[in-house]
Amino acid sequence: MPYRIMGFLAAALLAASSCAVDKGPEYRLVLKDHRFSPAELTVPSGQKLRLVVENQDPTPEEFESHSLQREKIVPAHGTITVNVGPLKPGRYEFFGEFNEKTARGWLVATP
Amino acid sequence: MIAAAIIVLREVFEAALVVGIVLAATRGVPRRGAWVLGGVALGITGALVVAGFAEGIAAALEGVGQEIFNAGVLLAAAVMLGWHNVWMKTHGAEIARDMTAVGRNVSSGAASLSVLLVVVGLAVLREGSEVVLFLYGVAASGTAGSQMLAGGLLGLAGGVVTGWALYRGLLRIPTRHLFTVTSILLLLLAAGMAAQAAGFLVQADKLPPLANPAWDSSSWLPEQGLPGQVLHALVGYSDHPTGMQLLFFFCTAVAVGAAMKSVGRPARA
Repeated sequence: MPYRIMGFLAAALLAASSCAVDKGPEYRLVLKDHRFSPAELTVPSGQKLRLVVENQDPTPEEFESHSLQREKIVPAHGTITVNVGPLKPGRYEFFGEFNEKTARGWLVATP
Repeated sequence: MIAAAIIVLREVFEAALVVGIVLAATRGVPRRGAWVLGGVALGITGALVVAGFAEGIAAALEGVGQEIFNAGVLLAAAVMLGWHNVWMKTHGAEIARDMTAVGRNVSSGAASLSVLLVVVGLAVLREGSEVVLFLYGVAASGTAGSQMLAGGLLGLAGGVVTGWALYRGLLRIPTRHLFTVTSILLLLLAAGMAAQAAGFLVQADKLPPLANPAWDSSSWLPEQGLPGQVLHALVGYSDHPTGMQLLFFFCTAVAVGAAMKSVGRPARA
């Protein structure tokens, strides 16, 4: 039954949240005038990291990346943290879904 | 204006597909229109509330409130879709039989309809809150606001038309097969929602990715392309899925499928 899956999920969630994990170093991105700066951010591969995205615009944005498998709303004048990685070396594109033309950037994972 | 239309269309499209399939799946159940409309209305109300509290939700639970909230909404919808499918397996044959006899009332569809009302509400809430935030941003930015709003409305209309077209298309399927087709679609929808929920739980760092990514199909079936987006809405397609997402997809599909089999009598549905 679906309820059984629900129970399994709840148990898995509890187990996963109870063990404290190292979330890795922080990297900062600023959104201003619907642009990311820096537009290209170099990060280490093979480890977890935290992307801190600060929105200095008066409008909300959605931080999104298909290759990183991430999507998260950044409130107007708000700051969010996106857990990323461990990444394989390579270039990962991200964008602001609400201003896709201007708000674009790359995460470059170095070996 | 076109950009705004596309963004809104993308969000509305996903919710509209859910509504279209639900409408087809409840064919013949009395007063389902009111229930589905009620679900849409609840979803829109919920979307406005969620958008209003976006900041609070984002900051909750040590910064992963948004992920947990999204995962919760998706999992709840997946469980209810699964439940509906199992319910339909036991009552579907009855309903199909009654539909052919004009003027006869279907015994009881209310229990399942209330579940589907919640499913529709959750789907509209999740996609709708992003539309609300986007349109709020448009309105707040002032310049060319009316053009963008017109684009938003265009996107909204486009999404509704897509859902309606899917519904009409499904109705062309002969009644005998309709419930089989819609229950397969609902099963895949549930599995896809569970997979998306897993994606959010991985993003929140509450679950390990297992394999990250399990594959990369972005070069031949990109998620942002039209086929990719349709598949994303229907089965939770991702061009960079994690192993955990695949696990959730298959576990949900197998669990719901097995439950349907176990309640299904040998008689044809």
